Amino acid sequence: MPELVSHPEEVKVISRRWGQGAADIDKYIELGGYAALRKCIEQGPEWVINEMKTSGLRGRGGAGFPTGMKWSFVPKQSEKPKYVLVNGDESEPGTCKDHLIFLHDPHSVIEGTMIAGLAIGAKVGFIYLRGEYRYLIEIMERALAQCYERGILGKNIFGTGFDFDALSHTGAGAYEVGEESALMESLEGKRGVPRIKPPFPAVVGLYGGPTVINNAETIASVPFIIEMGGAAYAKLGTERNGGTRLFGISGKVNRPGVYELPMGYNLKKMIYEVAGGIPNGKALKAVVPGGASCPILRADEIDVGMDFDQMGKAGTMLGSAGVVVLDETVSIVEFALRTIKFYQHESCGWCIPCREGTDWLKKTMTRFYEGYGTTKDIDNMRYLAENMLGRTFCPLGDAAAMPMIGFFKKFRDEFEEYIRANPSAPESQALVELVGA
Amino acid sequence: MADVNLTVDGKKVTVPAGTLLIEACRAAGIEVPAFCYYPGLSLCGACRMCMVRIEKMPKLQTACTTPVGEGMTVHTETPEIAQARKATVELLLGNHPLDCPVCDAGGECELQDMTFKYGAPTSQYVEIKQHREEQQWSPVVYFDRPRCIMCYRCVRVCGEGMDVWALGVQNRGAGSVIAPNRQDHLDCEECGMCIDICPVGALTSDTYRYKTRPWEMNHVATVCTHCGDGCKTTLGVRRADDGMEIVRGDNRDKSGINEDFLCIKGRYAFDFANHPDRLTKPLIRQADGSFATATWEQALELAAKKLKEVRDTKGPDAIGVIGSNRTTNEENYLLQKFARTVLGTNNIDHHRTADYVSFVRALAGKADRAASLRDAGTAPAILLLGNDPTEQHPALAWALRTNVRLNKAKLFLVNTSDIKLRRQAKAFLHIPEGGYADAVRFLGSNDANFHGIEGAADFRDALRAEPKLLILFGSEFRGHDIDALVSFGLSLPDARFACLADYANSRGAADMGLLPDLLPGYRPVAAPGPFAEEYPNLPQKPGKDLIEMFDAAERGELGALYVVGANPVERYNVDPASLKNTFVIVQEMFLTETAQIADVVLPAANLYEKGGSVTNNYGDLQLVKKAGDRAGVRSDLELIVRIADRMGAKPQQLVPFGRGLRADTGQSRGAQSGEADRHSIWLASRQIEPKVSPFDPYAVLDEIARLVPGYDVERMNLLAGNDVRTKLVSIEPAASTTRRDLVLPAQDALFTSGTLGRYSAKLAEVHESHRKSPAEAAAD
Repeated sequence: MPELVSHPEEVKVISRRWGQGAADIDKYIELGGYAALRKCIEQGPEWVINEMKTSGLRGRGGAGFPTGMKWSFVPKQSEKPKYVLVNGDESEPGTCKDHLIFLHDPHSVIEGTMIAGLAIGAKVGFIYLRGEYRYLIEIMERALAQCYERGILGKNIFGTGFDFDALSHTGAGAYEVGEESALMESLEGKRGVPRIKPPFPAVVGLYGGPTVINNAETIASVPFIIEMGGAAYAKLGTERNGGTRLFGISGKVNRPGVYELPMGYNLKKMIYEVAGGIPNGKALKAVVPGGASCPILRADEIDVGMDFDQMGKAGTMLGSAGVVVLDETVSIVEFALRTIKFYQHESCGWCIPCREGTDWLKKTMTRFYEGYGTTKDIDNMRYLAENMLGRTFCPLGDAAAMPMIGFFKKFRDEFEEYIRANPSAPESQALVELVGA
Repeated sequence: MADVNLTVDGKKVTVPAGTLLIEACRAAGIEVPAFCYYPGLSLCGACRMCMVRIEKMPKLQTACTTPVGEGMTVHTETPEIAQARKATVELLLGNHPLDCPVCDAGGECELQDMTFKYGAPTSQYVEIKQHREEQQWSPVVYFDRPRCIMCYRCVRVCGEGMDVWALGVQNRGAGSVIAPNRQDHLDCEECGMCIDICPVGALTSDTYRYKTRPWEMNHVATVCTHCGDGCKTTLGVRRADDGMEIVRGDNRDKSGINEDFLCIKGRYAFDFANHPDRLTKPLIRQADGSFATATWEQALELAAKKLKEVRDTKGPDAIGVIGSNRTTNEENYLLQKFARTVLGTNNIDHHRTADYVSFVRALAGKADRAASLRDAGTAPAILLLGNDPTEQHPALAWALRTNVRLNKAKLFLVNTSDIKLRRQAKAFLHIPEGGYADAVRFLGSNDANFHGIEGAADFRDALRAEPKLLILFGSEFRGHDIDALVSFGLSLPDARFACLADYANSRGAADMGLLPDLLPGYRPVAAPGPFAEEYPNLPQKPGKDLIEMFDAAERGELGALYVVGANPVERYNVDPASLKNTFVIVQEMFLTETAQIADVVLPAANLYEKGGSVTNNYGDLQLVKKAGDRAGVRSDLELIVRIADRMGAKPQQLVPFGRGLRADTGQSRGAQSGEADRHSIWLASRQIEPKVSPFDPYAVLDEIARLVPGYDVERMNLLAGNDVRTKLVSIEPAASTTRRDLVLPAQDALFTSGTLGRYSAKLAEVHESHRKSPAEAAAD
């Protein structure tokens, strides 16, 4: 079990029960669990959706769509069954928050799922876990079994007449399946490629029924919001960015880990105070603020609040709040190669710009890294990435293009220096002639 | 649905709500390019070529997945869009082999067209292209993997269109490949739709690959010679030593009655035309029993002399004539006219594969109730009794599947076998062998039970609730069963009917009067109507049917038998010895079982080597066009005229050539061939095209249009290559009711096609490859 970190600056909401054995239902109930569900059953769906809207909770998967609004899009009447779907396919590089929720507080996910189900009128929820999280599957299965034993899942829950079933399902190892519609395809047993939108899942989702699909952290936040009230939760964060967020800080920091901090928390403070600064007195070079797909920030750009809107203004994204810290020893060229390798490997191949674009970026980047690059390659790669951006079927293409464009834009000099420092082989001259100087 | 107004490139367009933007653009005459979009198949949005700018939208949008919105303003060609498309083409070319000079698709490749339009003249990439070995997936399908651009059209047409699901996608990302779902081969119907629909040269056919270039061929749109659906097929024809060689059959002309579809036979089974066993010289039986080649003069003279001799000595009824269900209407019409007016006998018949006589009689006076093949694609509900269209009428099966898939049509099946279309059926009545008569009686009655078959009453109730039911039935239905079925159908408000036979012109053969008791248009020979004046000395007594002719031959009463394009010896299992006293004349492509016992064999052209018209199972009339000349053969039409001529008959009386206005065929037509064609179509449409030769099928078509009820069709439409409806005649052919059942189904399946099919090497190869070995069969 990974070690938990802690810092006085933290505001523990969603991580409140971590490290206390709340994976067991008795402990969970002892710590106040399933009270929010009771309250919701008493108050009814409309009240729940209103609380969610008031809370200002925005999707924690990365897109930041207001959760209450998403729930309100689900039609009240539907011929087909409605579903709640929990996206636990956490796979964005630099992100490791959801697995801690599943590990320490799986019942909060189950409770959140049930509340979402109550709010939209669904009777079934699916909790989709990333395939690589093998060790979490047992924990989730046990939690679900306990709920059924206690009558918290199943028919006539708490004797209120509310019925709900929840099931867990695991992926087979594809980043793409983290995209909501690809996840539905995967859950239905098909090839994990995204669907055409519209229709959006709220209208036509899993098995064709109206579906609310939320990130695991979003869903896990729900019981806490109900417990403390939407308004109180909203106040924890900044305007239009309610509540707290699990920030996963990794890379060149003294105390890496997942910290729960208010939305809008200053990035510089997060790195230097919460995470303890850069080890060995090295200088900061850059930060990837929200998982690998977010454009990189230079060291001089990090004095910014970590919420969806401020990050957008800074030219990047809050994403999944996986903060990756790079110090002066890190080569941006190598980092860029690692990044594009990931996206090339994970492109599902459905559409041309992503399938071919990530592949050519990786091929060119690999050669560049091996010392056979030219300045024309930098231009070519930037041209390629810019022509992928906004043109792909799903956001994976953007996720690959955005960081690459960021590297070329902000660290072009480092790429150029890399060529000069690696006059590797006599062949590179022939290459220059072929590619162009 | 309500209409939506939008503006595309400054043009105002109004289309129904729900229309896809790409289709709305097409409606405005603006072609938005796309690789993956294909009308009728599920949407993909994968190729990103159809990106357009919609005002007030932040990003470029794919026109193929965006439904139109009221007031939308769309731009389809801006520098931004051109750049996006260029970048996509660049990416595709990155791994695409530039083997265009040898690629089958070179010259008709959508990737080439897009490169030409948007320009991707330089490559940004120096890395080696991803190469993969070519694969052969079936006797006809090859896959050149590096050429594939992953548009998924093949996967979708095979699954959604054909309901075969033989293709899928393997791996992911840049490693994605289209692959058969069953190990390394396609477990499929070999329709070749995947090849047809491929925008590039990734999928190629065994019959065509690396043979020629598209621009070296003539493309002749004609009608397939195989089953009774009458699909339009475009033949790619090349010059060859002996005249012409058909190198390709495809469906590039999607305007046909088959629309998007063509099956294996239309696509690959043309190779019989160049089969090495093809007869190209007339044969005459020698005294020692062997054949010797002869000149046309000798052979025609002998045939004419013998027919004249028998007619004049033994009487006209000592001659029998057997026609074909693969020759043109003009030939069939002429053959019966020849038999009735020159030979003077009604002894004429053909191999019947459906009971059209009963069908016409049952629908007498209800011409509007006869269905076209096109109705199968549009009717809201269909009842199919008997037959297995997947095997026997692939285009009908396609139309039914498409109708169910896209229009949610309701398909009701009554069958003794668990046929594949059951998967599309809303209800399936599985009846015991030989149970059709009972089934029809049940439909028309009010019995609660039908041999205890569960759901039968519900099935009947559901049918009775259908206001516009299309009723299709196979050769299982004959005589009074057809009466019963039609009377059930007529009890519904607006039911339509079609009777399914087996060959390209089975319907035409019956319509043209290749029947011993009925004239063209099913007029009884005893009540000939206008034919009494048109046909001099028309015999009034019904003649012998096919079986009676052979019985007469056995008794030594048949002096001569004239067989045109048929193989009754094999089909009816005739003892060759029974014909020893009969002089047999056969017009054939091959030395068939019937030709082998002939005294004179005349090498005939096939349907691809002549002009004329054919009528499909549904009464849809279409023109067949001559793909090219072939040395050593003559059309059946010409041979009939030449024999008649040598017998002393006046060709003008048989073929009304020389009529019409003598148009100036010289200067006024202009030098451009296209202009000449238009001119001749115009002339022909007004029936003032001069028919200068007695071998001109259009001269016969004029007479058919004039005399055969229902065939007075709009000529312009026919000449333009469209299918036109013949109108079912309303004369009651009473005389036929006493006839015995003469229907003999062809028993052809997807990979067989009667005698002709045996001479198609490709069809035979596929047929063989699909026969399971005992081990494979056991494993299933």
